[in-house]
Amino acid sequence: MVADKTQEKIILDVENLKQYFNEGQRDEVRAVDGISFQIFEGETFGLVGESGCGKSTTGRSIIRLYHPTAGKIEFDGEDVSKIKRRADMEHFRRDVQMIYQDPYASLNPRMKVRDIIAEGIDIHHLATDVDDRNQQVNDLLELVGLDRSHGTRYPHEFSGGQRQRIGIARALAMQPKFIICDEPISALDVSIQAQVVNLLMELQQKKKLTYLFIAHDLSMVKYISDRIGVMYYGKLVEVGKSEEIYNFGVHPYTESLLSAIPLPDPEHERTRRRIVYKPAVNDGAERELREISEGHFVYCSEEEVPVFQKKLADKKAQTEKVEV
Amino acid sequence: MAEMDYSKIPKEKFELIGHQDAAESEKIAAPSLTFFQDSWRRLKKNKAAVISLVILGLITLIAFGAIWLSPKDPTKQNVQFANLPPKIPGISVDGFNGTTLVRGQRVDKYEQVGVPEDVYFILGTDSLGRDLLSRIFMGTRASLIIAFVAAILDLSFGVTYGLISGMKGGRVDSIMQRILEVLSGIPNLVVMILFLTIFKPGILTIILAMAVTGWITMARIVRAQTLKIKDQEYVLAATTLGQSQISIALKHILPNISSVVIVQMMFSIPTAIFFEAFLSFIGLGLTPPNASLGMLLSEGYKLFRFLPHLMWAPAIVLSVIMICFNLLADGMRDAFDPKMKD
Ligand SMILES: Nc1ncnc2c1ncn2[C@@H]1O[C@H](COP(=O)(O)OP(=O)(O)OP(=O)(O)O)[C@@H](O)[C@H]1O
Ligand SMILES: [Mg+2]
Repeated sequence: MVADKTQEKIILDVENLKQYFNEGQRDEVRAVDGISFQIFEGETFGLVGESGCGKSTTGRSIIRLYHPTAGKIEFDGEDVSKIKRRADMEHFRRDVQMIYQDPYASLNPRMKVRDIIAEGIDIHHLATDVDDRNQQVNDLLELVGLDRSHGTRYPHEFSGGQRQRIGIARALAMQPKFIICDEPISALDVSIQAQVVNLLMELQQKKKLTYLFIAHDLSMVKYISDRIGVMYYGKLVEVGKSEEIYNFGVHPYTESLLSAIPLPDPEHERTRRRIVYKPAVNDGAERELREISEGHFVYCSEEEVPVFQKKLADKKAQTEKVEV
Repeated sequence: MAEMDYSKIPKEKFELIGHQDAAESEKIAAPSLTFFQDSWRRLKKNKAAVISLVILGLITLIAFGAIWLSPKDPTKQNVQFANLPPKIPGISVDGFNGTTLVRGQRVDKYEQVGVPEDVYFILGTDSLGRDLLSRIFMGTRASLIIAFVAAILDLSFGVTYGLISGMKGGRVDSIMQRILEVLSGIPNLVVMILFLTIFKPGILTIILAMAVTGWITMARIVRAQTLKIKDQEYVLAATTLGQSQISIALKHILPNISSVVIVQMMFSIPTAIFFEAFLSFIGLGLTPPNASLGMLLSEGYKLFRFLPHLMWAPAIVLSVIMICFNLLADGMRDAFDPKMKD
């Protein structure tokens, strides 16, 4: 990972991001409470956590739908919250796009699919004339596996999976570098989920995209991501390579998430025990993300680092033994 | 039978009988209906609404056509012919043939006051000898103008105010809502009386009074709907695409609340008509020689014991207009909201 950092370019750098709602009032919500992570160009960073832990809020803060309470978000070396000039803002809007959670709420029901997809093209004047616009839309439709005749239809005529494809086409129309996928598959049927995930991975290859992939299902995230961040109540509790987190997640919350994944193995299922996560009592120790092995970070105090290191080593040793 | 050598069969003997590729199966066959086409189709199924629509169309046509084709001059007084009962050509039913009961005796009033043989007052005349039918046409026109103005006010003030309030949110929204609360706290009648101290009574004064308070319900409804739609993911998507606030309001929010706006407008029309009728009835509205349904009612009501038709006729017209607008609004609400019915 250390070597990686010098080789790979950091495209998104989130530092101590805090996003509070209704700040200072009685109903203050600390949706995101001081998280830091980096995303490298061309990779997929998976963000997992249970419902309401602040995943969508993180994504929306990054794309400037919210104004962060504190912290810094740097995209492509530029502080996102400091963008003032119109041209810079337009640039940012084109580079960073989002695919939404709910395919039924993310398309305007009163607009034709063609106009939905071309919305960004119209705003940023990316088409020279009407023919060019239609051509771009048709290409996008085909790119995401839809028929060009679908352009003249309304969203309610499509299935969830098809709608999600339309949402993807809308994002791609801007030719972005970075796409935030906010649980793009959680509202879909399992058989359709794979289709959409495969489409996303295919597009990543073709267009050299970087993804922030948000989900609450660790097994799916592991399949698509290079690295994973595990989130719990507005905080990142563990960050690392996807294989590493999946096989040797050491934070108790990660273990709890992992224990919830069913495997197609009756032997394993019979003995599978759901680990319930009990948050550690606040002992006053200062906790933050600390590196316990190369590229593997855990949210802990200084004293806990060796404990987690030992735990990780134990786990690795155990699997090696099984393999032998 | 000997084994056949299938490879020897010439290619031309094969015929492609069916072929469906993935792209074709993705095609959708049904015609693509826009939202309003779909709603119109549903509205047409609602008999009451369609009949109301037709009646309102006819009433509008007649009321405005009467400017040029009025049977008589609605403001021309002819004291000689005062208080005549209805007389319809070719009908000899008592009550519609120009006769009334005077001390138990049926008397032909038209003959009595010397109305020429070929002159008919289809709904009779009022105490100043003006033709009631023509006056009803005139009054209906006033009511419809009020209805039209109410709709315009709702659509302009109400929708704009609600959209701005909802879109801006926060402090701006709070202030705008407090202003609405103050305005809606003043009774319509008080506003009207205040205006009467400055302006002459008449249709313009009524419109001004409505401009102060008539659009408040619409503004509230539009604001609530805007707040609801503003957080929808398609609006967020438009924001992240770089769409401006104004375009979002016009392209994303307005089309999605249009049905609510139209229905609210349809319901506010009868209220406005009734407001005008009420004002004219108590004498704060239009002034003679202009006519309004409310004024005709108030005149007719004074003579109801003796000449009941003077009140019946405008009362029926007013009721029909109100009922039709309400039924049509009802039908539209159902048509716009497929979940509610059919
Ligand atoms: N605009 C807002 N105002 C107040 N609280 C909010 C707002 N948006 C989100 N929250 C709160 O912030 C917390 C995090 O919400 P968020 O939508 O980020 O969760 P999530 O991890 O995406 O969950 P899910 O998996 O269900 O999508 C929740 O408790 C939510 O109630
Ligand atoms: Mg979410």
